[in-house]
Amino acid sequence: MAGIFASRLFLISLVVIAVAATLPLYVSGYVLGLLTVAYYFGVFAMAWDLLFGFAGEVNFGPTFLIGVGAYTAGILNNLYGWSVYICIVLGALASVVAGFVLALPALRVRGPYFGLTTLVAVLMLQNFVVVFAGLTGGEIGLTIPDVITIDANANYWIALGFMTISAAILYGLSQSPLGLVLQASGQDSVQAGALGFNIVKHKLFAFVVSAFFSGLSGAMLVFYFGTASVGTVVDVAVGVNVIVAAVLGGRRTVLGAALGAIFLIVAGEFLRPTGELATFIVSFVALLVVLFFPGGFLGAALSREARQ
Amino acid sequence: MLAFQILIDGFAVSALYALGATGFTLIFGVSGVLNLSHGAIMVLAAVAAWAAASMLHIDTYAGALIGIAVALVAAFATYFAVVQPIQKSRRIPNEEKEIFVLTGTLLWGIMIQELIAYFFTNNAKTVLPIVEGVADVLGVRTPRNEIFTAVVCCLVIALLWILVNRTRTGKAVLAASMNPRGVTLLGLELTNIYVVVWAIYGVLAGIAGVLLGMFLGVSSYSVGPLTASAFSIVVLGGLGSVSGSLIAAFVVGYLETITAYLISPAYRTIPALLLLVVVMYVRPQGLLGRR
Repeated sequence: MAGIFASRLFLISLVVIAVAATLPLYVSGYVLGLLTVAYYFGVFAMAWDLLFGFAGEVNFGPTFLIGVGAYTAGILNNLYGWSVYICIVLGALASVVAGFVLALPALRVRGPYFGLTTLVAVLMLQNFVVVFAGLTGGEIGLTIPDVITIDANANYWIALGFMTISAAILYGLSQSPLGLVLQASGQDSVQAGALGFNIVKHKLFAFVVSAFFSGLSGAMLVFYFGTASVGTVVDVAVGVNVIVAAVLGGRRTVLGAALGAIFLIVAGEFLRPTGELATFIVSFVALLVVLFFPGGFLGAALSREARQ
Repeated sequence: MLAFQILIDGFAVSALYALGATGFTLIFGVSGVLNLSHGAIMVLAAVAAWAAASMLHIDTYAGALIGIAVALVAAFATYFAVVQPIQKSRRIPNEEKEIFVLTGTLLWGIMIQELIAYFFTNNAKTVLPIVEGVADVLGVRTPRNEIFTAVVCCLVIALLWILVNRTRTGKAVLAASMNPRGVTLLGLELTNIYVVVWAIYGVLAGIAGVLLGMFLGVSSYSVGPLTASAFSIVVLGGLGSVSGSLIAAFVVGYLETITAYLISPAYRTIPALLLLVVVMYVRPQGLLGRR
């Protein structure tokens, strides 16, 4: 049963990705730009879902990991002019280190306290960026000399490819024995520990993986934008959007998080004619989903699948 | 001279922080809900008071009362439209209710914020103060409004203390925060207690919001920072501990004022955040928190 579903999911994903890959042939550059951002955003949401949906840890500070990756890559490129790819890799590594430093003490505390620690980390990073304005560009933002490429189609394909690979790795991880241990420790850490699994080590691993993908995606995003600013990669509001995307798409599904992220960004765009009410409407729809379909988009689809 | 100035300004700011954070921590202590629409409700109260005074041309007292009433309605709406449906939902597993309440109240707060921005623009609004002019305190020229703010905050907190510790309703609230099941076994309806707590919260957030609107002014941009500052004060003091958050409010208020006067207003929030980080690492349950 699980095998059939897995293969069906695989086929559906394959079709969706194939269709998405042909989009540059018939949609405008504007739409492509929008989707490019949405794909990077999708990786943020999936990385967050691995931590929340599976390890059961509420990370209120996804933008801490994203921001460290993004700013490290941006600053290195700005100061030393190193190649974009080296900067992206170093940004992702910096994010892993930051995630490790944050997670090691934070994982000692449970429940809401973990979430609070991660939230404080974001506020610290935000202040750091503003105070060291000489290095980071402060509130105006950091100008980055290099970009990955200026070709809209290429940017789109890179983002799509990156999201697909990240999704495959994160989804594979979540379905692996490791993912099951994570899920067990998220739901009942005492019992999982009694079965002989090292809970802290597993959660730390989940945090590091989450940090790696967040940082990598953040670094790639700034090289797409050509600028890094608090408002785009660090602000608590960005983190909130990541969380909303994951819950909206369906937590504990990984792939749903990407769907939620794409929905959030595309819906925001469709509602642009409504002007200032756009954010209101998106929040309202998200609240309705949270209240009435707590499983999210993919959660609802999966439970229907399971019933049949 | 400067010392007195810091002492006075710091006291007013701290008292305002304390009032804002008290309701927030009370709800968490009693029902385990972290209400992330807190900042939105405070701003809503201030904007309502501002709109009532400037558009309906009524006097400032009536305007302030309208602001508090609006906050009360908003608090009930938060509880009945967002928090209670999530808590009663059978489709959300119990261990995940916390994150759903957080997400739900957050979205709710954003909705309020956007509506304020839509109807009243993003511009900063200052509510006309109830008392005007300046007074001389310890040789420091202090706006009377600042003294008024500090006095009202202290009075309201004292009233709250009496309400919680000396009345039957308050004792029920206190009992619910210690052992909800025990309270239901005594025949008290838990939902009624929650409604009382949300009512107290609405009034507190309303007063704090209106005073903030008079003292510093608000705009729809202040929603996030207000929630964040209540959050960090409550964390510092210990989640759910009212006295802890009172102490924390004064620590944060004075730290900010000292930094603003002696170093630079730009670095205002940093020492408090550093302290918060140290506390999170050394004593994660906060100053007076329970594990």
